[in-house]
Amino acid sequence: MPATEKDIQTKDLTISLGPQHPATHGVLRVVLDLDGERVLKCTPYVGYLHRGVEKLAENMTYLSALPLTDRLDYVSSMSNNVGYCLAIERLFGIEAPERAKYIRTMMCEMTRISSHIIGISTHALDIGAMTLFLYSFRERETLMDLFEMICGARLTVSYPRIGGVRNDVTQEFLDRLYAFTEEFPKTIEQEYETLLNENRIWKQRTQGIGVISAEEAISWGLTGPTLRGSGVPYDVRRFAPYDAYDKVEFNVPVGKKGDVYDRYLCRMEEMKQSNSIIRQCIEQLPKGPIITPDAPKFTLPAKDRVLTDMESLIHQFVLITKGPISAPEGEIYVATEVPKGELGYYIISDGSGRPYRMRLRAPSFVHISALPVFCREALVADVIANIGTIDIVLGECDR
Amino acid sequence: MEPKDIANLIKDKYPEELKEIKEFRGQVSVVMRKDRIKEIMQYLHEAPELYFNFLEDLCGVDYLGKKEPRFEVVYHLFSLRHRHMIRIKAGVPEEDASIDSIVGIWTGADWHERECFDLFGINFKGHPDLRRILLPEDWEGHPLRKDYPLQSVRGEKEWHGYKETMELAEKNRRYEVR
Repeated sequence: MPATEKDIQTKDLTISLGPQHPATHGVLRVVLDLDGERVLKCTPYVGYLHRGVEKLAENMTYLSALPLTDRLDYVSSMSNNVGYCLAIERLFGIEAPERAKYIRTMMCEMTRISSHIIGISTHALDIGAMTLFLYSFRERETLMDLFEMICGARLTVSYPRIGGVRNDVTQEFLDRLYAFTEEFPKTIEQEYETLLNENRIWKQRTQGIGVISAEEAISWGLTGPTLRGSGVPYDVRRFAPYDAYDKVEFNVPVGKKGDVYDRYLCRMEEMKQSNSIIRQCIEQLPKGPIITPDAPKFTLPAKDRVLTDMESLIHQFVLITKGPISAPEGEIYVATEVPKGELGYYIISDGSGRPYRMRLRAPSFVHISALPVFCREALVADVIANIGTIDIVLGECDR
Repeated sequence: MEPKDIANLIKDKYPEELKEIKEFRGQVSVVMRKDRIKEIMQYLHEAPELYFNFLEDLCGVDYLGKKEPRFEVVYHLFSLRHRHMIRIKAGVPEEDASIDSIVGIWTGADWHERECFDLFGINFKGHPDLRRILLPEDWEGHPLRKDYPLQSVRGEKEWHGYKETMELAEKNRRYEVR
């Protein structure tokens, strides 16, 4: 006799997704209360990568805290460094020279491309579109090679300095980067977009999933493409331009419906805009110094000068042991647009060479907190799509 | 609106709540008393000429031995419509380390307040789910307080998770390639 609906016992099920799950992009644990396939409640747990960066920075000089910022969002370390350097520069009231500003802008945009490549391709990989991952890492590799060429490191670069950048860019570097920017838009259009934009499975998995309205997104404090997918054109590069962003032209792409698909389109379009910004930077790149003349007070002198010049040796000694001694007393909040969203540095100085308090407003932290909103009335499979779409890096979230 | 004008507007509206206005490099901080902070935030959020609809950041600061009251909760507010920004600070004394939660105004304050509770031990009254967030639930102490040591001095009383990890490392040492 066939069992009727009444005979079947059902009960809600609680499962723990993570902390070691391939689709969580790190060590994120999400506890899901399920009724069959439907998600009743979704509770994210973070903190598995907590290293106490804020506490560590309080015990370091302004200069030595710079490498800590690399390790936040380790796929876009260049933007984190730039944000930190800008905050310290504004605290001290100095400014980087024009050439350094252009170089930094260029580096930030290269980082944005490589971060969006990771974001989109792993997101697609989670949902089952594996090909894009294999294709796009080829372009990312080119960018990583360029980073290596300029500063010797691929991921944790620590290239920008307080008051400028570490090395000047070479002509060979610029040529290779320019050649990349000529090919890249074609690659996006011919390969990435052909693979996904009209892909029926991709569209079914992403359209109408994880919808968030503009009001909600603002109230939750979302930033970056995650906010712009809902149609809010908030971009720190536009609202409070820093470095050379007021001298280049770019569009801020926004979505309409605020679903996973729209956020994906935003990221795709942003990569094209970044590409165009890099080209403009190379074309307009002015000549001149790469670090401000005040720099001896903030940045370590070159090693060969330390070994031959008494002044430089003293600077090096003082900087390493005490930090920049002329720190003014005050506090500053500086926001920059990193690939994930708005990264804010809030620095309080008490006049010593160390930050009294360094607070990081990490976009990933805010985005994960809104995960339950994305997962309203979702299925288990959509949770994975939602984790991919908020583009998180747990190193930044847990600090 | 210029940050200075916003500060003056708050001064006119809540003269007895305001402690001082500070300016540094074009950014204005308004230091308030904590008792009516929720009401003030509600006003900042809703007044049409201010309309601070975006909470950029919320964090705590510990001024041990530097200032009274010991703690401060710092709010960074931004208006997407008017494109202006203001920093509000509310002093929180050590003996009564609590302040009203503003989750009802900006939902995004939820995790920021939990983090502040976790790392500073400041209690947010009216928060729907105030638990530790970055540290384990059975952790003792609040690391971002200035009297919390950078390197552990607890020895035997170390957090059990750390001890377990160290014991496991000791056990696995015999598999090391020499």
